[in-house]
Amino acid sequence: MELTRRKVLALAAGTTAFAALSGLPAFASLTDDAIAELTGGAKIGEGAVTITAPEIAENGNTVPIEVDAPGAVEVTLYADGNPVPNVATFKFGPLSASRSASTRIRLATTQNVVAVAKMEDGSFQMAKANVKVTIGGCGG
Amino acid sequence: MASGVKPRVKVPKKVAAGDTITIKTLISHKMESGQRKDGDGNVIPRSIINRFTADFNGENVIDVTLEPAISTNPYFEFDAVVPESGDFKFTWYDDDGDVYEETKSITVS
Repeated sequence: MELTRRKVLALAAGTTAFAALSGLPAFASLTDDAIAELTGGAKIGEGAVTITAPEIAENGNTVPIEVDAPGAVEVTLYADGNPVPNVATFKFGPLSASRSASTRIRLATTQNVVAVAKMEDGSFQMAKANVKVTIGGCGG
Repeated sequence: MASGVKPRVKVPKKVAAGDTITIKTLISHKMESGQRKDGDGNVIPRSIINRFTADFNGENVIDVTLEPAISTNPYFEFDAVVPESGDFKFTWYDDDGDVYEETKSITVS
């Protein structure tokens, strides 16, 4: 596994917060696993999906997230720094006008929010947004 | 948790046929994630709403699967097409088996 700047920072800063969770694998790979499970290993394109999130969230307990995926039948949100990466799955029905939705989510720490959309033709599209969290929202 | 759960939905009362409307929904629920611990270090068991659906005259608009990472008092905003007069039906499914429902009528003018 490559050691990105993010992971190094998380390791350095997280000794206290992550001590109890040290037995778990890196959170980011949990997200990759969850996405692979959804797509079945299919190639994921980028560009068709937009994710709107604040750059800095003061309170990780309620972070407003908006996802816009024209032509999607299903959008799944992941947060790669949460203990459980899955956040929500939106399935759009025949009366859904724009394939967009917004909600409020919990983020444990500064991390990426990932949206993976299943398009009408069966292909997959994704988008990422980095959110800096000042106070985490996981209780711990 | 079956106490104090109150759904709130904002839907316009009148629209033109085929119009797109924005619907906002909120339900008061503590959405206990199952990650938190109480004062004695025991994990507080998970208790969340795990599914939300919106239908119009029996046709689906949106079907959301919720995980513990959804905030307290889950809020959703989405768009719907209104082809005719009828009723929007919103349904929330609780982990404990409870189902909360809300209906809003809309008139096409």
